[in-house]
Amino acid sequence: MGRQRSLADLSYTLVIGTLALLALLIIVVPVVIVLTTSFTEGRSLKFPPTGFSLQWYAELFDASKSRQIHRAVYNSLEVAAWSTGFGVLLGSLAALGLARSRHKLARVGDSFFMSPLVLPGLTFGLAALMYFTLIGLRPSLNLIIAGHMIVTVPFILRTTTASLSQLDPALNDSSQSLGASWFYTLRRVTLPLIAPGIFAGAFLAFMASIDNVPVSLFLSTARTDMLPIRMWGMMESTLDPRIAAVSGVLIAASFLLMLIMEWTVGLTRRMRD
Amino acid sequence: MTKAAEWQLALPLALCFVSLFLAPLLLLIGVSFFDDDKITQPGFGQWVKFFGDPFSYKVIADTLLLGVKTVCATVLLGYPLALVYLDAPPRLQKILIFVIVMPLLLSVVVRTFAWIVMLGRDGVVNQLLLSLGIISEPLRLLQTELGLVISLTQIEMPLMLLPLISVMSRLDPNLRDASAALGASRWRTLFTVIVPLSMPGLVAGCLLVFASSTTAFISQTVIGGVRLIYLPLLIWQQSLVVFNWPFAAVASIALLVSVLTVVSALSWLGRRSSGHLQG
Repeated sequence: MGRQRSLADLSYTLVIGTLALLALLIIVVPVVIVLTTSFTEGRSLKFPPTGFSLQWYAELFDASKSRQIHRAVYNSLEVAAWSTGFGVLLGSLAALGLARSRHKLARVGDSFFMSPLVLPGLTFGLAALMYFTLIGLRPSLNLIIAGHMIVTVPFILRTTTASLSQLDPALNDSSQSLGASWFYTLRRVTLPLIAPGIFAGAFLAFMASIDNVPVSLFLSTARTDMLPIRMWGMMESTLDPRIAAVSGVLIAASFLLMLIMEWTVGLTRRMRD
Repeated sequence: MTKAAEWQLALPLALCFVSLFLAPLLLLIGVSFFDDDKITQPGFGQWVKFFGDPFSYKVIADTLLLGVKTVCATVLLGYPLALVYLDAPPRLQKILIFVIVMPLLLSVVVRTFAWIVMLGRDGVVNQLLLSLGIISEPLRLLQTELGLVISLTQIEMPLMLLPLISVMSRLDPNLRDASAALGASRWRTLFTVIVPLSMPGLVAGCLLVFASSTTAFISQTVIGGVRLIYLPLLIWQQSLVVFNWPFAAVASIALLVSVLTVVSALSWLGRRSSGHLQG
């Protein structure tokens, strides 16, 4: 009996351990490989890379050779900044409005605002393209900003609502009973306490906008090129080796951002809960 | 502003959603009921064309199957990793969660590109399998469904792990100790205690991975190639290459309905399993 059990436990450790290790490898290895190949001296992206050089990075940062990529990066940053800004404003207002409401409509509103998360993005992207074209709007960054705001605001709404639900309602009541106005209470009591939640949501929304494919695919044009769509173009048909350098930069950037967010608002803790 | 009137703060966002989200989706449904690509002749022609063609059913089935295969692979690898996370000391947990969340912040396009380097004819996977003597000549992995499922397993893994870990860390550790003290092997504890209790997290993970992998346009086109046709590629071709908007509208409604059907079936199962536990 005892031996049987230890045998079973051994097989458990072996099987679960192997699968978990495989999972870790499959998560980490591709990222490491891309980072290494981006420093290759050769013209193709093989692993192990032949020699060490910064040639693809040099070409990527060359303003005249990679003008299209730079344009796409600026567009993506601009769209992400504006859509996150509008999202924070409208999203946190809506969260404040809905979180304390007991009305049935509040729950309907909440699922309505969350629905872009489950709805296939491509369907919305195509719908937005048809809508904007048929009402006579010409493609522009503004339309992409609007589209991104819709699909990223759920992140802001979710984290802000979570912070609000942890807020002690007594704080609000005591502030108001001490004579503070509704707006003063919002500014001096509620907002400082839910700020980390809003900030975490804004960060997730910003990253989701930078990485958005389905909406940009339909709304961007050659003039309003977005980074993920540009990168897709660099991988289709012939592989443009600069994509490895772009990837390297993005890996470094997300690693840094992740560290910063971890130190400031404890991002992983927020995503786990 | 009084407490009762606070709900009005949601009005600006509601206005945006009605004009920029609901209206386009309703318009999409409207456009699907036009016969010609100039959108002048109302009719059911495009619906008949889409659902009268056996090819459409094949594409829908392939798309849903791709989602199912990716979900299975992420569960098979992700669940054990979540178990290991659960048993790990706090310091290791911090590193593990960092490793798990990090790829989520990394662009999907970068993660897709990584697999082009990994899966090529002389890519890392083939080199490894050749050197281990498992295969005698390089496998064709790019532009195959196998390669696509392998890539999507990594690309979607964080979406499986986060809800799983979130639910598992709230489990009472005493339950596992009690099960062990009562003589259950670790396998038995896993299947009779941990799996049923972590069902809500597992279902949430499956839901996210399914919805994301069936609509992963870039991964599907770049790794799957143009010979493997899934609904997103069909929608893109019809709308931005052929410019047949009504047909693209029908195809995207088909995508919406088939994905949402599976997702709501899964969440119904999830609610049922958690209700069963509390009851």
